[in-house]
Amino acid sequence: MATATVAPAGLDRETGLTLYRLMQECRLLETRAQELFFEGLVRGTTHLGVGQEAVAAGFAVAMRPDDYTFCTYRGHNHNIARGVPLAPILAELFGRSTGLLGGKGGSMHLTSVEHGVLGSYAIVGAHLPIALGAAWSAQYRRSGQVAVCFFGDGTTNIGAFHEALNMAAVWKVPVVFVCENNQYMEYTPIGAVTAVARPAADRASAYGLDPIVVDGNDVEAVHAAATEAIGRARDGDGPSLIEAVTYRHGGHSRADPGKYRPDDEVAAWKARDPIPAYRARLEAAGVDASELDSIDEATRAKVAAAEEEARAAPEPTAEVLETQVWADGTSRWRN
Amino acid sequence: MGELTYRQAVAAGIAQEMERDETVVMLGEDIGSAGGVFKLTEGLIDRFGPERIRDTPISEQAIVGAAMGAAMTGLRPIAELMFSDFFAVSWDMVANQIAKTRYMTDGQVALPLVLRTANGAGLRFGAQHSQSVENWVMAIPGLKVVAPSTPADMKGLLAAAVRDDDPVIVCEHKALFAEKGEVPDGEHVVRLGEAAVLREGSDVTLVALAAMVPRALAAAERLSVDHGIDADVIDLRSLIPLDAQAILRSVAKTSRLFTVEENPRVGGWGAEIVSLVADEGFYSLDAPLVRITTPHIPLPSAAALEDLAVPSVDRIVETVTRRLDEAR
Repeated sequence: MATATVAPAGLDRETGLTLYRLMQECRLLETRAQELFFEGLVRGTTHLGVGQEAVAAGFAVAMRPDDYTFCTYRGHNHNIARGVPLAPILAELFGRSTGLLGGKGGSMHLTSVEHGVLGSYAIVGAHLPIALGAAWSAQYRRSGQVAVCFFGDGTTNIGAFHEALNMAAVWKVPVVFVCENNQYMEYTPIGAVTAVARPAADRASAYGLDPIVVDGNDVEAVHAAATEAIGRARDGDGPSLIEAVTYRHGGHSRADPGKYRPDDEVAAWKARDPIPAYRARLEAAGVDASELDSIDEATRAKVAAAEEEARAAPEPTAEVLETQVWADGTSRWRN
Repeated sequence: MGELTYRQAVAAGIAQEMERDETVVMLGEDIGSAGGVFKLTEGLIDRFGPERIRDTPISEQAIVGAAMGAAMTGLRPIAELMFSDFFAVSWDMVANQIAKTRYMTDGQVALPLVLRTANGAGLRFGAQHSQSVENWVMAIPGLKVVAPSTPADMKGLLAAAVRDDDPVIVCEHKALFAEKGEVPDGEHVVRLGEAAVLREGSDVTLVALAAMVPRALAAAERLSVDHGIDADVIDLRSLIPLDAQAILRSVAKTSRLFTVEENPRVGGWGAEIVSLVADEGFYSLDAPLVRITTPHIPLPSAAALEDLAVPSVDRIVETVTRRLDEAR
C-alpha cells in the first residue's frame, strides 16, 4: 500500500495465535456454509467475507468486550470474531429455532447483544447513523465504550455515509468507521462508479478527518490501525475513518461465481490470502507449525460440531411468529 | 389545573420527562438556542443544557438513526423531525430499521425512542410541508403512533411515549399549536391506546383524530341543534395501539359510523376502522360506513383550496345529514 500510514506492530505470541484462530474460524465456518448452501440446507441468501477475515479479526481483538460492533449483511466474520458461538449462527442460516435470532432474521441480520454485536444491517449505509447514535450514547453516559462500524466500499456513495460522518465529526463521538474496500460494489468495480480513487480515504478530509489506508489482508496492520483509532475514540478525540483494502475471494452473494472479475486479478489476491500469509509470519517468528496445525484441527472440529448441532435443531413453530414486535414480547396493536 | 397552549404543552411534556429521567435526551434541527422553528422546544436548552438538547445538521437519516443507536444502548432519545413530510427522507430509518429490528433480532434489543413531528395542514405551506402522514407510519408493523388534539393530551401522551419501551411517533398538529386548554398540574401521563369519548350521543358515531377532533365536535353541536342528530364523538388519540373496543362500543349504540380524516383517502386510517367495524360490528349497523377525508390529492397551498381539501365542519355536517337521509 503506497499510502499506508499504519505499519504492522509486532504482537505478542498469544495475541498472534488468537488472531490466527479467529481468522480460521471465520474461514472454515463460511466455507462450510457455502457448501451447505449448495446442498440446500442454508436457505435464502448469504454474503461471504472469505478473503476479508483479517479486518474482522484485527478489529475484534483490539476492542474492549463492551465495545459495540455494527456490520453489514456480509457480517458472519464480525460476529464470529466477537465470540458469537458458531452453532446458533449456522442454525440461523438453516432457519432453525435455535438460531441466533430464532429464525426471524437470517444471515443478513446476525446480532448478539451479549457479545457487543449490535447488528448486521442489510440496507446499505443504514448502520452508520445508528453506530453514531450508540457512540453518542457512550459519550453521554461517559462509559468509555467505542462503536466500530464496518461497511463496504459501495456504502461510501450513499447519503447516510455523508450524514453520519459529518455529524460524528461535529459531535466528536467515539466511533470508528471502517470501510472494507473489497474493490467491488456488488458486481461493479468501485472505481467505475466513484469519483475518487480511494472511496473512503479520499473523502476523509471533507469531515476534517485524516485519510487512513491500511492493508486489510495484513491482520497485524489492521490490529495496529484499530488499536490506534479505538484508543483515540476512547480518549475523547473523536471519530476515525479507516479504509482497509482487501478482496472478496468469491462472488457478491449466494451462487454468484464473480465472473465479472479478471482471472489474473483474482489469482493475485488469492496469492495474498491473509490466513496463509499470517501463518507464514507466525512460523517465521518461531511458532511451531504443529501448534498452528492443532488450531486448524480444533477449529474444523468446532465447525463440524456446530453443524451437527444446527442440523439437529427443530424448525421454529407458529407460536413465535407473532412475538417480539413490542418490548412486552407481543405484537398486539389493538384491544 | 393551569391553561397552556398546545405548543407550550409540548415543551412541558418534554421537561417533565427530562426532569424525571436523565437518560432522556433530545436531538433535532434548530431545537436548541433557536427553540425550534415552531418554538416547541423554547427554554429547554437553558434548563437542560446542550448535552441533552442537541442541535443537528439538516440530516434526517442521521437524526433518526442516531436516536435508534442511542435507544439501543441505554438512552431514551426524543428526535424531532421538523415536518412530518420529512419522514420521506428518513424512511429507511423509520420503516426498515426502527420498526423491524426488535422482531428481526428476536427481542434482543428494545428501542425506547420518540419521534416528534409537525403534521398536518392549516398553515398554507403547500404539499411538501402540510400533509397528514399518520397513515404512512401506522402501516408499518413495529411503530406506535399517537396524534393528540388537546394541550392536556399533548403533554400526557408525549410523556407516555417517552416512558414506553417501543418506538412511538408523536404527530403534533400544526393547526393546533396556538390552541389553549386546561392541563392538570403536576405529573401528567395519558396511557397509549385509549380513545377519549368527548361527546355522548345515540344517533351517529364520529371518529376523529388531531385537528379533526375540534371540527367533529363543532359539527356534532350543529347536527344536534340544527338537525336533531345526536353524535358520539370519539377522539382516537392513538392509532397504534388502537382502542378498537371504544369504537365497537359506540357503534353498538349508534349503529352508524363516520370517520373524519385529514389524511388523503386511499389507505387512510379510517379504512382500517371501517374494515374492523364491518367485520366485528356488522350486525349492529343500520347504515353504510362513511369516510370523510381529504381527497386523494397532494395538498394545495392557496388558503381557499386547502380549506376545500381538508374536511371542514360544513362538510362533516353536510355529509352526515345527506347520508342519513339516504339511509332512511
